[in-house]
Amino acid sequence: MLAYLVRRWLLLVPTLALASVLIFAIITLAPGDPVRMKIGFEATPQEVAAERERLGLDKPLPVRYVVWLSDVATLNLGRSLVNSRPVTTLITDAFPNTLRLALTAFAIALLLGLPLGAIAAVRANTRVDAVITAFNSLGLAIPAFWLGLMLILLFAVTLQWLPPSGVGNPGTPWYLSLHFLILPTITIALSNLSVFARFVRSAMLDVLSADFVRTARAKGLKEPTVLSRHALRNALLPVVTVLGIQFGRLLGGAVITEAVFAYPGLGRLVVTSIQNRDYPVVQGALMLVVLIFLLTSIVVDVSYAYLDPRITLRRDAA
Amino acid sequence: MSVARRLLRSRKGALGLCVLLVLVSVALLAPRLAPYDPNEIHLTDQLAPPSPKFLFGTDEVGRDVLSRLMYSARPAISAGLVTVALAAVVGALTGLLAGYRAGAFDNIVMRVWDTLLAFPAIFLAIGIVSVLGPGWINAILAIAILNMPVFSRLVRASTLAVKNREFVLAAHAIGCSDRRVMFEHVFPNCVAPLVVQMAIAAPEAILVEASLSFLGLGAQPPEASWGNMLSAAQAYLYRSAWYALFPGLAITSVVIGMNFLADGLQDALDPRRIRART
Repeated sequence: MLAYLVRRWLLLVPTLALASVLIFAIITLAPGDPVRMKIGFEATPQEVAAERERLGLDKPLPVRYVVWLSDVATLNLGRSLVNSRPVTTLITDAFPNTLRLALTAFAIALLLGLPLGAIAAVRANTRVDAVITAFNSLGLAIPAFWLGLMLILLFAVTLQWLPPSGVGNPGTPWYLSLHFLILPTITIALSNLSVFARFVRSAMLDVLSADFVRTARAKGLKEPTVLSRHALRNALLPVVTVLGIQFGRLLGGAVITEAVFAYPGLGRLVVTSIQNRDYPVVQGALMLVVLIFLLTSIVVDVSYAYLDPRITLRRDAA
Repeated sequence: MSVARRLLRSRKGALGLCVLLVLVSVALLAPRLAPYDPNEIHLTDQLAPPSPKFLFGTDEVGRDVLSRLMYSARPAISAGLVTVALAAVVGALTGLLAGYRAGAFDNIVMRVWDTLLAFPAIFLAIGIVSVLGPGWINAILAIAILNMPVFSRLVRASTLAVKNREFVLAAHAIGCSDRRVMFEHVFPNCVAPLVVQMAIAAPEAILVEASLSFLGLGAQPPEASWGNMLSAAQAYLYRSAWYALFPGLAITSVVIGMNFLADGLQDALDPRRIRART
């Protein structure tokens, strides 16, 4: 198990290194001059040169990459070119908002998606299954941002039950502004629920036709026991593998949802920073996103190996 | 029964094909079907609700929403088809070579794809568009790039699965060149999964293009696209609910239809799947 973990972590290194090069490239190749953005177009060439040197933009690219990478490693991500606030502060301000949104939505999507998929599989080819499947087709096709707009239209514009955007006044403690979370959370949850439901359904169908389920039935176990102890437990194995990918996708989807609800999270930070050519912020935020994405995939891999002992055995034998 | 017949026999496949046909015809015939020029401004009818004159209402400067929706079928359908075609070509070539040659090339290519897969899709798209600059063509390129890894891996896997089979060895034995073995003997075995993946990726690409346009990174106004119509509509939610309704309905119905087509295609290409599912 330990050897497997170590190998899994080592595989992360080249990917992360390449990703860092890619992020660095995206930022350096991006059009627009950050110096001009910062000090304006009236500055004299001397002023521009001085500022360029101060920001370290006059050095050759490989040097800038190494400097940037060592800064990242020591969590020194620099300051925003727009408002001079440290990038780490900007990210630590925005990230909890995104995480709160993403985790709540993820939990809701799972809690509703799993039973929905399992029910559809158990009642396969009945009217119940048809309704759930139709709901899933709809859920997979509706763009999250449009769903968000429609929810705003219904709950904020027409019924006026909930605020259309934002997170409330800065001074308010978080537990008093929870109602701002409702619409964005529902938006993200609904657009991910169907993925889970669909996946659980097909995994469950596979298991239900397996020999061990027939054996369990044949030896006279009650149907609920067969379903929960034998079928569902095995059907959840493949589901665990998609959880990681799905969490990453959900995090990505949160970008759009944050834009719709003017929600001050990581996604909105990235989008506005790109618009402002605020390189350090974009770099830092993208690095964080990639790291989370890769870490979740490892956690999933490990938990998969833990849940299904055959996997580690097979790898050790190889 | 041929693949096409099986596809048409399945309810989903037939329905999906119909949606695709309608979309393509609307895109091609937009100038004839649309009641107005998409950029014609009716100053006295701004944010008008649906009426016999403007079936889907008008937007904030008084342009006919229905006409703009019809013209937007063009960027949407090309987003679906062009991105997927690009991704499939690059993916198939690299996947074939990687699987067939193995060794260093395989390693490098797969690490590159791993890296791209390490980014959540929309972040990667936003990153690429920010380098290339906002615009429809660049959005298309970005979506194509983020689809490449999946196609490449898929073709590589199929290549690995057949490259040591007897018919490939036989082709080598009778002196076929590597290129000939790859394209004439190995590649045909990758086509079915490739087609299915194209059908799966196309509606997804339409959704991503709409998202990018919504964020202001895709098709630029005044050119109409479903995404940028919705982002304009958001500013007028309190004044006109209709405006935000129709572009979203258009996206949703097209994506549902194309997802159905993908499902139908999967069943048609692999009849065992149907039996396994019931």
